[in-house]
Amino acid sequence: MAEKNAAPKDFGFGEDEAMLRDLARKFLDEQLPVETLRRLVAEAPEPIYDEGERARWDEALWKEIVELGWTGLAVGEEEGGAGISLVGIAGVVEEVGRHALPSPLIPTLSASLVLREAGGPVARTILERIAQGATASLAITGERGSWDPDAPALEAREDGDTIVLDGMACFVQDAFKADVLIASARLGGDVVLCAVEAGAAGLTIDADHIHDLTRDQATLRFDGVRVGGDAVVSREALGALRKAWPGLLVLVTADLCGTSEWQLQTTVEYARQRTQFDRQIGFFQAVKHPLVDAMVEIDRAKSLLYHAACEIDRGSEEAETAARMAKSAASDAGAFISDRSVQLHGGIGFTWECDVHIYFKRSLHNQVLFGDGVHQRKKLAETLIGPIG
Amino acid sequence: MSKAVLTPEQQEFQEYARRWLAENAPPPPPERLPITAIEVMTVGQRDYLQAWQRKCYDAGLVGADYPTEYGGGGHEGFQRIANMELGRAKVPFLINIVGLNMAAPTILVHGTEAQKEKFIPGCLSGDEIWCQGFSEPGAGSDMANQQTSAVPDGDDWIVNGHKVWTSLGHFAKWMILITRTSKDHKYDGLTYFLCPIEGHDGVTVRPLVKITGEAGFNEVFFEDARVPDAYRLDDVGKGWTVAMTTLTYERGAAESAGSGGGESVHPTQRLIELARDTWRDGECAADDPVTRDAIMQRAIVAEGMRQNGRRARVEALCDHPMRLPLQQKLTSSEFVQDNARVGVDIAGAKSTLYKLDERAPSKGYWPLAYMNSYGHTIAAGTNEIQRNILGERVLGLPKSK
Repeated sequence: MAEKNAAPKDFGFGEDEAMLRDLARKFLDEQLPVETLRRLVAEAPEPIYDEGERARWDEALWKEIVELGWTGLAVGEEEGGAGISLVGIAGVVEEVGRHALPSPLIPTLSASLVLREAGGPVARTILERIAQGATASLAITGERGSWDPDAPALEAREDGDTIVLDGMACFVQDAFKADVLIASARLGGDVVLCAVEAGAAGLTIDADHIHDLTRDQATLRFDGVRVGGDAVVSREALGALRKAWPGLLVLVTADLCGTSEWQLQTTVEYARQRTQFDRQIGFFQAVKHPLVDAMVEIDRAKSLLYHAACEIDRGSEEAETAARMAKSAASDAGAFISDRSVQLHGGIGFTWECDVHIYFKRSLHNQVLFGDGVHQRKKLAETLIGPIG
Repeated sequence: MSKAVLTPEQQEFQEYARRWLAENAPPPPPERLPITAIEVMTVGQRDYLQAWQRKCYDAGLVGADYPTEYGGGGHEGFQRIANMELGRAKVPFLINIVGLNMAAPTILVHGTEAQKEKFIPGCLSGDEIWCQGFSEPGAGSDMANQQTSAVPDGDDWIVNGHKVWTSLGHFAKWMILITRTSKDHKYDGLTYFLCPIEGHDGVTVRPLVKITGEAGFNEVFFEDARVPDAYRLDDVGKGWTVAMTTLTYERGAAESAGSGGGESVHPTQRLIELARDTWRDGECAADDPVTRDAIMQRAIVAEGMRQNGRRARVEALCDHPMRLPLQQKLTSSEFVQDNARVGVDIAGAKSTLYKLDERAPSKGYWPLAYMNSYGHTIAAGTNEIQRNILGERVLGLPKSK
């Protein structure tokens, strides 16, 4: 991103980014207060967990989000998007996390980042569609659940002018809400990236049964799915996937920072109101101190988040290290505040009627996406200490 | 790992500081130096470190952001850079830490013109070493429970009492001192003085030995010690407010007048080197996944602290102005402690070897740093008190008292 102002801006976070973030906060405060969220995702007909494939989102609200241009946040201006810096996007996604917005926004932004790195005419066409409101998701993880861009989900073979895809893509986020799926497959020694329409012949989308109420997830079966040249994004996509990876980590990290902040503030509020032993429970150090520890962990994750986004915007070689640090910190902070948010709410925290469970589960899901804290530190160690042996 | 954005002047200063430090690193000390200023024991160590601070001050690396009329450099945003470069250059630490981090900023905020002119230059140059008289045997983290009394007598005050955990007291010329001037009010009954120590009648300094076996801190007895009213800082009864200013700086919530140097640099690299050089159960410790994870956890906290400092300067990314600054003391002291503990763990059998053993890894640094770190998690209000402060002031939880 070019510096527009002469004054130095830490992280490249300036007035424009703050305005965008504040707008997102105000919009979601109004459109998705926690009572609305609860009605949307948790006040379901019995039995609650039966409809694995149920798309738990408010499509009217999504239309407004599309009109705000959020699908095009990570799409360049040339393709009709907003071309916002990742620092700016992080601010919006934090708000999305804070409101636990059920939507395909993060998968769509993720797909945009991969497509931008891949480049080329096919990617541009899809990015244009995304800027106009199309939704997308990444189908890049195989059955073994590898958190590695080098391990594509599918097998590909050439057949004349077309490429034929076979196999299973797993853990595909919000697949039921995606218009187009960006799939990675092994083609000889290369990794090919293809755009597959949701209704493509030979593609079956089976809902996973997941705990998170704010999104869906699916296993995609590719049974000889045929894509033409107009759907092949890249025949050598490994570099693009690796380059986009830090950005994918940043999106999940931003969501985690948002959910964690909501959990902290909500639990603090409860500790200020709830009286036991003739005192508000927040008086007791056994309650006060872990909330402070959570704040410290969340702040660490937030600062590392903006650092990582900024390094990516600058095209820095430190981008991957910074992003892995941020994801590790955010996963661990998310796990800690999730634990405390339920525990400190006491008996009510263990029930379905208390809103903390919605965030607990979204956080639990996010902690794993693209690798948990231990995984990130394992990869960091390879960079900072060196390979084992 | 990354740099904050600097103005052209700051960038120029950074280059200057880097160059100066490269060219002016002092000769090796005549005797081994301790890890931090608060364990300086011998006159030889003191003289060496005092000369080094003077040199850094003359070069403009200390007190860079202070007004020129009080001996400072009169710049803006230079000290942060100087501190960073001092740390990076692996040069000796600055000895006058109480003068730089606590006395000078407190005097700048609360002092009279005459007090600022008299006291601040000596703090910055290190010519006058300061100590702090806040703690008492009966008033540790409950700092308002001060018993040391000051009673007016003509133009003087007569001080009686007992201060303790007084780092650098044995070399100090001056002390920032809290006294009780009224028993009727707990907080409003305190008054703050700039008190002469070295060779002063009625003042006795007695060294205490620390958990590490090192000297460097003391207890100080006042028996009818006379302190001129001209050395009173701010109004009678305002000592608590003044002390809060001192603590804001002591706990790192604001930029100090000078710091850096010494061992605070590249803690992660240090752990990695230790792991590479250490055999555990017949294998290189750097290959052990649990050890690798522990080191990476420390690396993430270290980077998080750096980035917190950066984020604290972006108002729009801080929803409460004190949320990050008030975390500084808690996070930095626990970081040092956890880091040292990981070092002890990695060193394994050799972690039992202490300072004087020639086979001790890093000259016995790890167990020493680990034990020493409790000085930081206890001093300036224990970290339990810091958590209360953060919980109450930032999160708005009910107050403990």
